Amino acid sequence: MAAYLLRILVKMVITLFAILTITFIATRLSGNPIDTFLGEGLTAEGRATLIAYFQLDRSLWHQYLAFLRAAASGDFGLSFVERRPVTEVVAHRLWPSAQLLLTSVGLTLLVSIPLGVLAAVYRKSWIGSVVMVVAFAGYAVPAFILAIVMILVFSYTLNWLPVVGNGTAAHFIMPTIALSGVLIAALTRFTRNAMLDVLGQEYIRTARAKGLSEFWVVMRHGFGNASITVISVIGLQIASLAAAGSVVVESIFSWPGIGQLLVNAAIVRDYPVLQFGVITVAVAVVLINAATDIAYALADPRIRLAQS
Amino acid sequence: MTTLADPITRTRRPAATNLIQKVALCLAVLLAGAAILAPLIAPFDPLDQSLIARLRPPLGFDRYSPGHFAGTDELGRDVFSRGLYGLRLTLALAFCGAVIGLAIGGLLGLVAGLRPGWAEDGIMALVDMQIAIPFTLVALLVLALLGSSLTVLIFVLGIAGWEQYARIVRAEVRRLASQPFIEAARAAGGDTAYIARRHLLPNIVSPLVVQFTLALSNIVILESTLSFLGLGVQPPTPSLGSMVGLGRDYMPTAPWIVLIPAGLIVLLTFTVQILGDWLRDRADVRLRDR
Repeated sequence: MAAYLLRILVKMVITLFAILTITFIATRLSGNPIDTFLGEGLTAEGRATLIAYFQLDRSLWHQYLAFLRAAASGDFGLSFVERRPVTEVVAHRLWPSAQLLLTSVGLTLLVSIPLGVLAAVYRKSWIGSVVMVVAFAGYAVPAFILAIVMILVFSYTLNWLPVVGNGTAAHFIMPTIALSGVLIAALTRFTRNAMLDVLGQEYIRTARAKGLSEFWVVMRHGFGNASITVISVIGLQIASLAAAGSVVVESIFSWPGIGQLLVNAAIVRDYPVLQFGVITVAVAVVLINAATDIAYALADPRIRLAQS
Repeated sequence: MTTLADPITRTRRPAATNLIQKVALCLAVLLAGAAILAPLIAPFDPLDQSLIARLRPPLGFDRYSPGHFAGTDELGRDVFSRGLYGLRLTLALAFCGAVIGLAIGGLLGLVAGLRPGWAEDGIMALVDMQIAIPFTLVALLVLALLGSSLTVLIFVLGIAGWEQYARIVRAEVRRLASQPFIEAARAAGGDTAYIARRHLLPNIVSPLVVQFTLALSNIVILESTLSFLGLGVQPPTPSLGSMVGLGRDYMPTAPWIVLIPAGLIVLLTFTVQILGDWLRDRADVRLRDR
């Protein structure tokens, strides 16, 4: 168990390091950032001052070390647009994004786990087919189209739901559904497949042979074991899908979260905000992955009880 | 297919599923044909503006402007023609992206499979990293920094899914490497490059075709999402995603501007996914009875 945890920790640190490196390389890919971002209206003297200030005259390796050092002390620079530290800009956006993520993951779990179990148990009847068609549709319809169609129907036509912002509970309905669509599709499929794998095992036959009720067999012996696989998927797939989806959903519904911030920063090329925003989301995904790995270890007795 | 040749698929595959797949196949041919022949089929130039015929609804509604079956957009451009050209561009981009992904991932997967040790460890670490970092974010970063030219977009779409190919190829190569016929080829004096080309590649074509199809639909979604956000294909060039993105402001009064490209995207992803799933089920014996 200790060795397993250590491995998760090492993997996490390496990935975090890679994220910092990738964002550093990405921002340097476009040549001298000063030319790209502050190009016009800058005197030669002012340009030289800025280049010296940002240490762009030093070697790339030196810049990289300086970047890592600054990052370690929490200094990621100022937003070009807002002239505030990017850490501050991003921090304001964390809670709305987290709220949307929580409602979406909640909805996803509520819908897709029962659906996945149903689809596995009734795989040969029409119930299974209907569930799989729904899951399939969720996968094929991009989040932005789901969102646009919902806005057209529920806001513009029926006038039921508000479109912009996150003021009331009603504001949560459409963004949550739009973000959950693809998550529900993914998790329903995984739950179904995990259940099918488990239900084909010998111990399920044993449980039935003991005379347990079918409900108990499916829930305790079936889902109890399938949930281990499901947990690992929630971390790996859901976190990544949700991060990608929130970028789209937040910018459609003007949700004041990190996703909307990132899109706006990408459009106006506010690259310190973009850089730190990407780092923040990537770190969140890595942390969720690590947390899932640990939850996985705790749920799986083969790992939990392993002697290291 | 004869009745005896494939008893498993014959008994487990209900007629309805076959019908869906046939429809999907027809749709795929239709969509690909429309995309390829867009310059011949389109009744109007997709960029031609007409201030008199702005925001006209499709055939069958009031104020219909003759010739514009699917209506016109806010600049009087023909939505049907733009849809066709958008489909053409979206498919072309997705195809280029999927091919680049296949080339990068296939090659790295092959190397990882054939050269256990540091090369394999390094490549698989890259794969893990690509999986851990949400790709849409990397795409945002790269497009914002390098600008949204078509070249950059193709590059971004190309590296979007390479890791899946790498994983598949590596696993297949590892599985095949221990087979007697590879050993025999080696004993007969074949070098690694020869074995890879002559014996390994033909055996991993089928999983690669499946992955290519599934990747195609993912790339269509990624491209249209980026274009929708204003970070992909730039106006006035029509792409399905940017048509939805730009038409959004006119949605209350002119929903067809949005619904037609949106419908085309969904039709495209549905078709490709159904075909991809079908190919996967055929390729994977384990899944045949599910």
